[in-house]
Amino acid sequence: MGAAITVEGVSKRFRLYRERPSSLKERVLRFRVHAEELWALRDVSFEVPEGVTLGLIGPNGSGKTTLLKIIAGIIRPTSGRVTTRGRIAALLALGAGFHPELTGRENVYLNASILGLSRAETEAVFDDIVGFAELEEFIDNQVKFYSAGMYVRLGFSVAVHVDPAILLVDEVLAVGDLAFQRKCLERIERFQREGRTLIVVTHAPDLVVRVCDEVVLLDRGRVVARGDPREVVRDFRRLMSRTDLAYGWDQGTKEVEIVSSALYRADGTETDIFAPGDEVVIQMDLRANRRVEDPVVSFAIHDDQNQLVFGTNTDWRYGGIPFLEGKVRVQFVLKSLPFVDGRYYVTLGVHSRDSRTVYHLQEHRYSFDVVKGAENPGQVFIPVECRVERL
Amino acid sequence: MAANAAHPDLLVRTSEVPTLRPLSRLRELAAAREVLANLVRKEVRVRYKASVLGAGWSMLNPLLYLAVFTLVFQRFLGRGVPNFAVYLLSGLLAWQLFAGSLTAAARSVVDNASLVTKVYFPREILPLAAVGSTLVDFALHGVVLLLFILGTRHDVLGPGLALLPLSFAALLVLATALSLWVAALNVRYRDTQHLLGLVLLVWFWLTPVVYPSGHLYRSLAPHRLFGLPLFHVYLANPMAAVVAGFQRALYGTVYDPTTGAPLLFPVSVGWLAVLNASVLAGALVLLLLAWRTFFHLSGDFGEEL
Repeated sequence: MGAAITVEGVSKRFRLYRERPSSLKERVLRFRVHAEELWALRDVSFEVPEGVTLGLIGPNGSGKTTLLKIIAGIIRPTSGRVTTRGRIAALLALGAGFHPELTGRENVYLNASILGLSRAETEAVFDDIVGFAELEEFIDNQVKFYSAGMYVRLGFSVAVHVDPAILLVDEVLAVGDLAFQRKCLERIERFQREGRTLIVVTHAPDLVVRVCDEVVLLDRGRVVARGDPREVVRDFRRLMSRTDLAYGWDQGTKEVEIVSSALYRADGTETDIFAPGDEVVIQMDLRANRRVEDPVVSFAIHDDQNQLVFGTNTDWRYGGIPFLEGKVRVQFVLKSLPFVDGRYYVTLGVHSRDSRTVYHLQEHRYSFDVVKGAENPGQVFIPVECRVERL
Repeated sequence: MAANAAHPDLLVRTSEVPTLRPLSRLRELAAAREVLANLVRKEVRVRYKASVLGAGWSMLNPLLYLAVFTLVFQRFLGRGVPNFAVYLLSGLLAWQLFAGSLTAAARSVVDNASLVTKVYFPREILPLAAVGSTLVDFALHGVVLLLFILGTRHDVLGPGLALLPLSFAALLVLATALSLWVAALNVRYRDTQHLLGLVLLVWFWLTPVVYPSGHLYRSLAPHRLFGLPLFHVYLANPMAAVVAGFQRALYGTVYDPTTGAPLLFPVSVGWLAVLNASVLAGALVLLLLAWRTFFHLSGDFGEEL
């Protein structure tokens, strides 16, 4: 007793089908299907006592979202069991389960009923929901016209107004503007004072330290650390630096995703050691999961003191991209590396023109070293063409 | 996900494929009736959103069928059926509920992926809402039929009318059972919905909606298949039995008053009642089986989509 959430020996196996028949026709024509197995979670156990806020952190693909979905009852574990006590409201990345064709108002009623509210109860809190989400003007518009921020605001607002005993929050605080993020945090703190149970999945270490009583660190599906937020965040940092030299936070709404990227010398060699004056290409392959207007693709280079040394974007160097749809490749060609020495970190990003919505940000995606040669003394590299004429 | 009877707020999720306990699951579904109502409302609204006529489309549909089939069968093929409108609409009423439910249900889980992957609720609600929203159409078609019955002063007040609740029950259970099944199947195999369209097309013509069943009876009666009267084999199609029930109840003219030829199956109301009762019984068994299949598969919908 006393535990709001009990997770006992939960494992989850996904089958990845290279060519899975998705039609009856194919299924009939091909009998054997080869699947690769991927264990998203391996024997995960923990308890969350009532009234405690638990943070879940871990690198990408460590199983955080899968675990949250199992706790919410959306997917079934392959083995193990999860017991929860009381009404659960889950806010998984991008929306709380809205139907794009319906208006905000209709979605509020639908969503609230799924979370267990009667029509009368929903009516009683309807104005609060809309007020909190600051969507009075748009509540009768179809949500397919909502921005990602509006979507999340409404989802968060419904979830906190249905009086849940347990609130599961996945990454939503990464979206929306600062004012709304502050409002969400205040509401989360009020929930904590009211003795509700929360699980927060996030990539922001300061948020973990600020709101969580306890933190569980997942790595490749296993619990590798659990306890005091500061200590676990430290473990997390250590883990990240071990697995990938410079890997930072990966966040965003993923409306546009950086599906792959590359850093290479203009002659084609992929390397992380450059010489001053090298011509370097930063390449990003993007996939728009929905059409977005006026996106800005950018990169930034920081030094090992985390000082910004340079950054630019498609608005300044390309004249802007009117919209993104489907797949697109963006290349930034750095004609001549100006650095002479040291280690540098490259951050990649896609965001809206007003910078209020971050679609995808990969902090410190690459690190590279510039090795100084005897011929380049000083602080910067200046491409110099030297002419000597006999007069 | 299973609700614990002793602690209603305690939810347990395990890896075992849960066994369907129809009664406790029914209670769970009853607790989620508000969701069902909202989803039915949603289905209806989405269907008619941004359409000029709105629900008028739903009433126009049987009228269009009527216009086309009147032209083809009454004019070109010259097979006169007295008060063809009432005949066609009474069979069509049953068929449209059946076909409409299955078509809507096949897409129900896939179309609601945005809900299924984000929140938990008993997934049966989705195909049930598909059936529910088709029931709204059914009511509107019923109004159209009623207008024709009143407008043509068609006499329906016979003993046959007693068949209506029974045939309706058989139809509803059958449609729900198959709806659960196609909804689950379409999650894994997306071409189910297209295949379904073809199956329904063939099935429609195997069911005496457009052509008078009495005419068919006359041509089938002398033949046998594997020792069985061909007419009985034909009635193995449960929809033929249901449609025959609807026609007997709402059209009721068994013999052509001028020629004396059978228009409907020339069997007693009691015979049709037994037939429909057995369809109902079979459909109930099918419902239980389909529900179990759906229940087992629904645990994975969250990741299949």
